[in-house]
Amino acid sequence: MNSAVLQAAAPVLADSFIELPARERVRALLDPGTFRELLGPFDRIESPWLPLQGIVCQADDGAVIARGTIDGEPAVVAALESAFQGGSIGEVSGSKLAGALELALRDCERGRIVRPVVLFETGGVRLQEANLGLAVIAEMQAAIVALRRYVPVVGVIAGMVGCFGGMSLAAALCSHLVVTKQGRLGMNGPEVIEQEAGIDELDSSDKRRIWQLIGGEQRAATGLADSLVDDDVQAVRTAVVDAFARGVPKAHRSEQVDAYLARLAAIDPQTVTPDTMRAVFGADASAQIKE
Amino acid sequence: MEHLTFEYPAQRAFTARAHVGVVGSGDLEVLLSPAASMTATVDVRTSVDGYSHIWKSVLDRFFQRYDGAAHIEINDFGATPGVVALRLAEAIEAIDLAAGNSGAHGGSGVQGGA
Repeated sequence: MNSAVLQAAAPVLADSFIELPARERVRALLDPGTFRELLGPFDRIESPWLPLQGIVCQADDGAVIARGTIDGEPAVVAALESAFQGGSIGEVSGSKLAGALELALRDCERGRIVRPVVLFETGGVRLQEANLGLAVIAEMQAAIVALRRYVPVVGVIAGMVGCFGGMSLAAALCSHLVVTKQGRLGMNGPEVIEQEAGIDELDSSDKRRIWQLIGGEQRAATGLADSLVDDDVQAVRTAVVDAFARGVPKAHRSEQVDAYLARLAAIDPQTVTPDTMRAVFGADASAQIKE
Repeated sequence: MEHLTFEYPAQRAFTARAHVGVVGSGDLEVLLSPAASMTATVDVRTSVDGYSHIWKSVLDRFFQRYDGAAHIEINDFGATPGVVALRLAEAIEAIDLAAGNSGAHGGSGVQGGA
């Protein structure tokens, strides 16, 4: 065997962020050696509802919360594990996220700024825990809105699950959203839309179409996400650090109601396409709003 | 969902704990922690019913190779026996790494993974 040939043929492997499980994603965003997990798997705070329905629990209920520093500043990172129940929000996993944000809020109110980051990889409410999941998402949203007066709340949607349901609203409330091309952000998932509105409305097997509509690239091009990055640990990390450096926006998206209503009015739902959507919601237009 | 328990005699004590894996499709989560007595206990919660004899075979083989007084909790979401064996070996490896490869819990019996 010729080792020179082997060397030349070796592909340049990116340090994929998407391939990391939730705990490793959190570790990758915090400064090296500062990861300190809150309510980890050995605390065994599991879902009390899943066993009643014959479903095996995960010891951390699919939510990883860790304190540490980002760029030397105190931070808390919360991540959902997409492999466990689709990253869905149960009573416990949701309470862990809401609690982490509320603790950060308490610190901020006392003058100690803690940088909050949420890694959204979730189908939304865990259907087996329905109302409890919904209630806790409301708590999370309230905490995000309260926190963002003090410090930017940064969300990351890396993929491959994406961010859907009530959690898409939580993501939309963030000060700054980092997305990859692979990430998706939407209220109803494609399968749900096909099931409810029919295959003529949306063919959920048409991946290209789905990503044109709700993929990270389109969301960034229409100003509904702020940074589009490659699936690379360093790229995601840099985007998160930059987001905090930018500071709290003058007006969050959810505070620009009139401007967004005007844009919606400029769109004809019968004929709208991903391109015409960009023309109305283009990043230029959103930059004007933010000034 | 089925809950299975197994017990094995042990001569060496574990001093560290390890968590590996995820309760995702075809995968499992392993929580390994030191046991109070010189016995290894295994608690398995699995989404697939009726395979206790396979679990026993996999664990018998594991404890032939590794000796340690551990409490092992397994949350399984339909992993194959091969995946179960790999995750168990990964947990041991994580403990070895945490102990700085100094073999805090024993010699060849624990580390013989090859």
